[in-house]
Amino acid sequence: MKPLSVIVLSVCDIFAWFMIVFGVYVINNGHNTPGGGFQGGAIVATFLSFILVARGGKRFVSWVRKGIYTFLEFVGLVAFFIFGCLGFPNSFFFNSVAIPYGAKPLSEWIPHCGTISLMNVAVGFEVVGALSLVIVHMYGSIRMIDTGAGMGGERGHDRFDR
Amino acid sequence: MKKMIFIVGAIVLGGLLCGMFEAIHPFGVPEQTEMDEYFLLHALSDRSAQNVVTSMVFDFRGFDTLGEAAVLFTALSSISALFRDGGKHE
Repeated sequence: MKPLSVIVLSVCDIFAWFMIVFGVYVINNGHNTPGGGFQGGAIVATFLSFILVARGGKRFVSWVRKGIYTFLEFVGLVAFFIFGCLGFPNSFFFNSVAIPYGAKPLSEWIPHCGTISLMNVAVGFEVVGALSLVIVHMYGSIRMIDTGAGMGGERGHDRFDR
Repeated sequence: MKKMIFIVGAIVLGGLLCGMFEAIHPFGVPEQTEMDEYFLLHALSDRSAQNVVTSMVFDFRGFDTLGEAAVLFTALSSISALFRDGGKHE
């Protein structure tokens, strides 16, 4: 994929970062406004598509670190499970940390809605990691076909048989 | 003979489908509304989440969401296995 024109690059430079801010906002306010972890995570993941389309494949490949996204995905899933298990005193995956509406909060650091917002953030992490990795892997596969690196045999799980 | 069996089977299946649509519950007229009302009334007062959908997804049906997250994880693992680089290139 080749980089696009200067106009597209300029717009992308401004808009792509805005997508991250907007996605984080949607994830953070998922318990109060429409949206949530899945939706916000998908918005954040569009950042990589912006970079890929506007900046081109070379910049994309040199810029992306797969480890970060793998880490995000793993941490998201584990954190979601742990926050869900906080509801054990009441029942499994039922939020017992929530403070009833109108009651005095324990601390301004503890969210009013208990674990819901934390689980939102955890799911947001996972979706950001997963969707970004999907883009990275699929582009990597296209690139291999373009350069002929992976042609002439099947790749993947059976590569050791050859 | 095969054609006859196929036609009879199709007619029986069509009849069953028609019967199913006859017996289906009318849209917008729920029989028991206690549970719906409970969720709508208690989403804000108990769970303190203004977004009822979020309180459903992450609280009342949190286990379901864990399954969704696991599905996403599995799908990504499959994609990684399918699209990964094939090791050494000559």
